Amino acid sequence: MVNSGLRDWLYQRVSAIFMAVYSLGLVVYVLAHPDLAYYEWHHLFTYMSMKVVTLLFVFLLLIHAWVGMWTVITDYIKPFVLRLMINIVILLALVGFFFQTILILWGI
Amino acid sequence: MAVATQTFDAIIIGGGGAGLRASYEMAQSGLNVAVISKVFPTRSHTVSAQGGINAALGNTDGRDDWRWHMYDTVKGSDFLGDQDAIEYMCREAPESVYELEHMGLPFSRLDDGKIYQRAFGGQTLDFGGELAHRTCCAEDRTGHAMLHTLYQKNIEAKTNFYNEWFAIDLVKTSTGIAGVVAMNIETGEVVYLKARATILATGGAGRIFQATTNAHINTGDGFGMVLRAGYPLQDMEFWQFHPTGIAGAGVLITEGSRGEGGYLINKDGERYMERYAPHMKDLASRDVVARSTILEIREGRGCGPKGEYVLLKLDHLGEEVINKRLPGIRDLSITFAGVDPLKDPIPVVPTCHYLMGGIPTNIDGQVLTIDKDGKDQVIEGLYAAGECACVSVHGANRLGANSLLDLIVFGRAAGKHFQQSVKQGLGFREATVEEIEKAMGRLNRWNNNEGGESVETIRAELQKIMQNDFGVFRTAEFMKQGFDKLEKLQERLQHASIKDKSSCFNTCRIEALELDNLMATAIATAYLANERTESRGAHARVDYPDRDDKNWLKHTLYFEDGRIGFRAINMKPKEVKPIELVARHY
Amino acid sequence: MRFSIYRYNPESDAAPYMQDYDLDVKAHECHMVLDALIAIKNNMDDGLTYRRSCREGVCGSDGMNINGKNRLACTTHLSALKEPIVIRPLPGLPIVRDLVVDMSQFYKQYEKIKPYLQNTNPTPAKERLQSPEERSKLDGLYECILCACCSTSCPSFWWNPDKYVGPAGLLQAYRFIADSRDTESKERLSELTDPFSVFRCRGIMNCVDVCPKGLNPLKAINHIKELMLEEGV
Repeated sequence: MVNSGLRDWLYQRVSAIFMAVYSLGLVVYVLAHPDLAYYEWHHLFTYMSMKVVTLLFVFLLLIHAWVGMWTVITDYIKPFVLRLMINIVILLALVGFFFQTILILWGI
Repeated sequence: MAVATQTFDAIIIGGGGAGLRASYEMAQSGLNVAVISKVFPTRSHTVSAQGGINAALGNTDGRDDWRWHMYDTVKGSDFLGDQDAIEYMCREAPESVYELEHMGLPFSRLDDGKIYQRAFGGQTLDFGGELAHRTCCAEDRTGHAMLHTLYQKNIEAKTNFYNEWFAIDLVKTSTGIAGVVAMNIETGEVVYLKARATILATGGAGRIFQATTNAHINTGDGFGMVLRAGYPLQDMEFWQFHPTGIAGAGVLITEGSRGEGGYLINKDGERYMERYAPHMKDLASRDVVARSTILEIREGRGCGPKGEYVLLKLDHLGEEVINKRLPGIRDLSITFAGVDPLKDPIPVVPTCHYLMGGIPTNIDGQVLTIDKDGKDQVIEGLYAAGECACVSVHGANRLGANSLLDLIVFGRAAGKHFQQSVKQGLGFREATVEEIEKAMGRLNRWNNNEGGESVETIRAELQKIMQNDFGVFRTAEFMKQGFDKLEKLQERLQHASIKDKSSCFNTCRIEALELDNLMATAIATAYLANERTESRGAHARVDYPDRDDKNWLKHTLYFEDGRIGFRAINMKPKEVKPIELVARHY
Repeated sequence: MRFSIYRYNPESDAAPYMQDYDLDVKAHECHMVLDALIAIKNNMDDGLTYRRSCREGVCGSDGMNINGKNRLACTTHLSALKEPIVIRPLPGLPIVRDLVVDMSQFYKQYEKIKPYLQNTNPTPAKERLQSPEERSKLDGLYECILCACCSTSCPSFWWNPDKYVGPAGLLQAYRFIADSRDTESKERLSELTDPFSVFRCRGIMNCVDVCPKGLNPLKAINHIKELMLEEGV
């Protein structure tokens, strides 16, 4: 991911498209269920397909964020060691978010 | 004072079309060459050339012949051009243009994919027959396209560039030119650049006039250097006034606008060139159109509140032709004249544009002087090419789109000849400390002078004198007055001073050094214009209205000490019969 | 008319400062900003330092920041500007003196994209043919004057002038990629796929906004990205 700007650029665009479709799907779902309450919402996430799709969504969101953050950090943080440390922190946080998502989804 | 020395095979002074074509030729063959340019190369004045470059390709007309091109050029030069040189240029033109195309120049195209060619002034088929379409172009930005292409190719060829370095003076030894003393503008550092050969490609000097199409940088630096080295300048009385500079601003509107079908009108809306040149009309050669225009204005048929200009009408060409073939001049006229040529005609006036004369050279670009018996003598280690050189292919009047051709053909010729000379053992000349220091003399003068008149005071007066007394029409009376004023001004220049003595990017000092060169150019012009008692090409004398072939079919030479010399015109082309003298009608 | 001009001579000034000049622009017949700078230099302060050459907007010498926008002094009408007219050097490049900036990084990026036609086929005796349609692809590209107004208005270039090619360089990169006579398009594209050369462009369009020749570097940059995908480099 450090070497290819084209690949990063593609990741961001593909992930953005998937996230847009997923978000739109949720909006449609919410609109189609005017009386939406905790039970229906909880029920929705009991389907395995929904768990997988949501996990994919979060995964792509994190990829998207990583590319974006890495870009911003290289723009503004010029000292190498500092930049490396910040990047590691960000990366750990993103990986952490991923596992947290798994715990939440499969805890349902 | 010890001066650092750097050594190259060749040094090219000037990063315009001629300089970059020469440097490319040499760098490509593996020679170690350096270009010194007082501006980043793509800021050189070649970038402003609009109309195009002539070559008898016959793409638009389906037929053409370099001999016809040669005939037009000789006639256009009012027979002052050297026929062997013109023959060489016109014969080499097609190959030179194809080379540019191969380098990547984005020429406009015909439907069949060949280079588009437009009509231009003074160009005919069949030795003076129908109008020829001989001018290859990239819209109306040909100079820009050419200069960038050449610079790009020099990047590829790994030419060394000394950008924003100013050449102060040539280093002259008893056996020829050893190199040049130059200054890094950014730091003020002075270096002696030593070379087997120094190639002058310093361009024109239109800034001796108040109104000029030329860039601020066109200050005749090569002319000053050559004169101070004791060598002559040739045909300096021949300054071309372009018929269509934007009134007030001086910015050029290409002849290509008339080549595409535009024409000039006076205040009565009359297409007056029909009266002066019934056959070629607005596409007669530039000296003819400029003089006719000045006559119209003088006789009270000029336009505007003061009747000071004429109008160039283009709106009848339609949006497609203007936007496709002349987009650049549309921009210029909107910006500088406040006029959109799609709707309204552009106010134009003849404006100083080009110097036909310059540093005398042979066909190989070697600089010439004359010995005691008046015989040509080659100066070892010195070449010149482009507008600063006088080969002479333009004689007394240059045809439009022959200048870009001149740059390319003779830049290349100088490069080729230099390569050949190196193979034959051309070595370095060793300069003494005194000889190097001599070249720094004028820099020291400007550094030391205090409390004198400013550069601007002297420059403004110089430009006023040239504008008033050495313009399109000349008389002995005015020229004598102008000449006396110039001599006094030259004396004052020796005491002029600058306030800013900083060594960091001191443009004030550069303008001062340039002023020395402007003055040298103006004095040379004044001398030779006074001397030539006839009218020929761009040199039009009211007191001698006719061409005088008996006495004046010859080149004039001026030396800094006031000596005047003459050189015969070459009337012996190698492959074709000489073109006979005739009266010029268009 | 009042001008406020950025001044700094590293030889004599500890720090940059703004200097005010009141110039009678009518008396000096000034129409453009460059006319005014020349009048100030000639009549008030011969130390004022700027670049200029053609004075008609084709050489690209006098790019500077005028009332907050990068433009050419020679084609900017005084009448279109609010007073005081604030003139600063192009932002983001090291200052040499006053309005003169060190453009070497800008030129280095230009050289990086190999700005010259490459064609490995045998050279024909005459011109290489190119249809008017193929030629028209170069319109809006080859006209660049290297004034650096675009690149120095681009934050991506400010942050990474050593790695991001910048709008001017990329416009020229595409000028050669788009040329039907160039045989090295694929090679050119593959040399630009790193995260910086092209992909630092975030599409904010400052370059399009300031270009004094009305060119559109962003469009060229997007074409480059599309071609990278198509060519699969």
